[in-house]
Amino acid sequence: MKHRRVPPGTRDEAWALATLPFNLLCLTVVCVLAAHAPHMPVWYTAALFAIVLARWWQRRQEHRRVSAWLRIVLLIAVLAAVIAVYGTPFGREPGAAIVCGLLVVKLLESERLRDARMTVGFACFILMSALLFDQSLAFTVVVGLMLLPALATLRALEPGLPEDRWLPAFKTGTVLLAASLPAALLGFLLIPRLATPLWGAAGNGVARTGISDRMAPGDLHSLLTDNAVAMRIGFDGAPPPDSQRYFRGLVLWEFNGRAWLPGDAAKRPWPPAPVATRGPLVHYDVTLLASQQHWLFALDVPVAASEDAQMGPDRTLWSAKPVAQTLRYRVASATDYRLGPATLDPRLRAAALELPAGFDPSARALAERWRAAAGADDIAVVRDALELFHDDGFVYDLDAPPLGRNSIDDFLFDTKTGFCEHYASAFTFLMRAAGIPARVVVGYQGGYWNAFAHYLLIRQSDAHAWSEVWLKGRGWVRVDPTAAVSRVILASTGGAMGDVGGGGTSWWLPWRDRLDIVNRWWGQTVVGFDALKQSRLFTPFGIGHATAQMLGIALAIVVFLALGLGALLAALRPRDKPRDALAAAQQRLQRKLARFGVVRGATEGPQDFFARGTAALPDSALTLRALSTEYLVLRYAYAEPPPERIRAFVRNVRHFRPRRVVK
Amino acid sequence: MDAAMHGERGNLVARIRSWFPALERGRSPEALPIRLDRRRIYIVPTRAGLGFAVLLATMLTGALNYQNNAALLLTCMLGAALASSMLLTWRELHDLTLRSLHADHGFCDARLPIHLAFADDGRARPGLHIALDAIQQPCPLRRGVGRASVTMPTDTRGWVPVPRMKLSSTLPFGLFRAWSWITPNQHVLVYPRILRDDRPRQRNNDPNERIAGSDEFASLRDYHAGDPIRHVAWKASARHDHLLVREFDSAAPGQPLRFDWNALSGVDRETRIARLTGWVCDAYAAAHPWILILEDRRPLGPASDAAHYHRCLTALAELP
Repeated sequence: MKHRRVPPGTRDEAWALATLPFNLLCLTVVCVLAAHAPHMPVWYTAALFAIVLARWWQRRQEHRRVSAWLRIVLLIAVLAAVIAVYGTPFGREPGAAIVCGLLVVKLLESERLRDARMTVGFACFILMSALLFDQSLAFTVVVGLMLLPALATLRALEPGLPEDRWLPAFKTGTVLLAASLPAALLGFLLIPRLATPLWGAAGNGVARTGISDRMAPGDLHSLLTDNAVAMRIGFDGAPPPDSQRYFRGLVLWEFNGRAWLPGDAAKRPWPPAPVATRGPLVHYDVTLLASQQHWLFALDVPVAASEDAQMGPDRTLWSAKPVAQTLRYRVASATDYRLGPATLDPRLRAAALELPAGFDPSARALAERWRAAAGADDIAVVRDALELFHDDGFVYDLDAPPLGRNSIDDFLFDTKTGFCEHYASAFTFLMRAAGIPARVVVGYQGGYWNAFAHYLLIRQSDAHAWSEVWLKGRGWVRVDPTAAVSRVILASTGGAMGDVGGGGTSWWLPWRDRLDIVNRWWGQTVVGFDALKQSRLFTPFGIGHATAQMLGIALAIVVFLALGLGALLAALRPRDKPRDALAAAQQRLQRKLARFGVVRGATEGPQDFFARGTAALPDSALTLRALSTEYLVLRYAYAEPPPERIRAFVRNVRHFRPRRVVK
Repeated sequence: MDAAMHGERGNLVARIRSWFPALERGRSPEALPIRLDRRRIYIVPTRAGLGFAVLLATMLTGALNYQNNAALLLTCMLGAALASSMLLTWRELHDLTLRSLHADHGFCDARLPIHLAFADDGRARPGLHIALDAIQQPCPLRRGVGRASVTMPTDTRGWVPVPRMKLSSTLPFGLFRAWSWITPNQHVLVYPRILRDDRPRQRNNDPNERIAGSDEFASLRDYHAGDPIRHVAWKASARHDHLLVREFDSAAPGQPLRFDWNALSGVDRETRIARLTGWVCDAYAAAHPWILILEDRRPLGPASDAAHYHRCLTALAELP
């Protein structure tokens, strides 16, 4: 038996925490730590888990708080560890790590009902903060389920539960969570969203994901192995063929010897470059997941876009605010076009030819040789470069060896191994060295066509880099040097690059498609439900723009109705009213006897009837007599017969098998 | 003017009472069975409930500020689940029907056990608490067993009305407290307070102390407050440093003891009753037959059984 530190009968004992709620409280804390584990250092999470385990063990021995000194030491240790890891106690990750530590320290002193309730509340809050790191459907569902131990703890703090079993404590919370889901969803729809945050910037400090505005060979590596969804695109008509699925994001003009950057040319406040289109335009919706960046992506080359997306001078799209939420925008693009004016502005021409001095002499020499051989034919130079990649033993491989100071020379003449960045970088360098204006474009290429829901799924691993060269009379022309290489390599290795979702027909492909439909729905409908979408909530009812006030009134009505409905449901008497178990058992006994021809007469009392039955079935007489006596006692000797005796009678009637001697 | 205002105020109070019948019902006793219907159940958040409200408000503000819809959805779910626990709390009391009530035997100044029988509506009410005074007594009702026992404080003997009871529950999460007042028009019998001799009776066997010619007199014992003055054995007391009184009840074994109301004159009424009660209890405990003679009533007994014991105590309790 456990040691009781608190003298029985005192007020303290009524407030003391029993074993079951404490165990559930530990489970709650463990769940919270698990929800935050993905972004905390492994050793930190492990240490917190260990402290919870130690506390659980300590309380098994005796019901006592951990000493205040130890708690203070742990508190300081938590702060020190967080500052050591993150350098600051402020911000999203350090803050979450600190509150997780505080929660564990709070568990160390939870010995009273009040402490336990506070800990549960605190745990709920920290659980919610885990969603600041990941809003995906799966994670939200997991975190939602983690509310169950919290509710079970609250339930276990109240009386009326068996001490030794865990499951009954979960019942109330599960039922309530499920039953109140409709009300929760209505509340979610109607709670007025803030158009601008009260404090801080939305998504402040959120880790940047996706394509960045700096491209150096090797930078994209982590992206190309990331299967996370970048965006989904629904086309009005048929999707463009795979060869045309280039989604431009950023145009990089400036090369500093190592990396490509947007440069000053990209920042000029010019109108979008003119574009002459041929053939029909492609209309489509893009659902871009939060990237925390300004740039948007469009099939090349965008002609018009919805108001969320602004068009830059290089016909790339960008958003005024960083994309902190799932963003949906509509674009019309041309796939057959001529981009750029008839003659290139001299300033742009200079920017598109500029190379840093003192880098990559061999590459420059090669380009000058090509130029000398081709004369004025730019296209011949382009073809020379592509043939180099195609024929000179270049390999597409994500595990590219590192490059030295002269990265282009190293790549072209030494390693000959790399992926899109290496090829785009080297190709653009060669073009510039040969006197052809060229620039690097980063974006996404390819994607996976979801045939069930008719949309194109673009993952981070579809990130790509290519070049655009200025050809006289044709404007900016897209050249994808990686395609020249990979075509060769892919033929021999059977698929090494890009289009992670595309190949193969494994059995679970349809399921993955369906799952992605759900994820898309989640991203568009739930995560992307912002103030703007909310204001259009009542459009079907003829209200074009719902104000916060209208939403508030609707919310109040919903709350009122939900409470009324709940009260009605709660007031319902149990449908299955407890029948008179005794009478039911007696009738069952009568039916059994009736099968043997002993039918109770309409005016026959039970005593006479049973006497007749006993006489008619001599083999069962003993049992039957006992049953009839018990029935009469239960029916007439008590005002309220003891339930266990009724249960025994019901059981005996069930097991009773009348027998007749067959002679 | 004043009278008119007073009348108006009286009307207003009456009207308010008619709006809230529970206010009225809480005061005037009502006949059993008493069913708790929706109009007489009150519910408010507990302190923990208010704490969680603040927590939910914080979570809501945070989720809205960071425009994090997943967090907002979680907050809505938690909020809806916790708010709807209010209905379960309310349901703990709703439709609860007190069918009957009876009290154990108990003496004044001690807590009197009362047994309550509720109608069985197939629902368990594990969180039920009943308070007859400041003390909340847990009275869990299991499914199919509508019985609960509480204790009530007593400070007068006789048939006393059952005090107003507060039935309450904080199930399932302790965030709301539902309560309802009931006052059954039932009376329970409280036996009188017991006034006992401090020391056990001692038989004085000193032959010199026997007073010849007094057949009834058997022994001497120490004087206690409430003993009639004329029973004091003055001569014997003079030989001791405290007063002694003559004891008349120590008849031969088998002879019943006589507890006579009229023999205890000179003390106030309640003290007499308390002393007689003490004697009856002692005699019953010793299984010695006794006769109880109350003022202008037929003597009870002699007997020593439980029925006689309760008859005597009831008679004492019911004395005006």
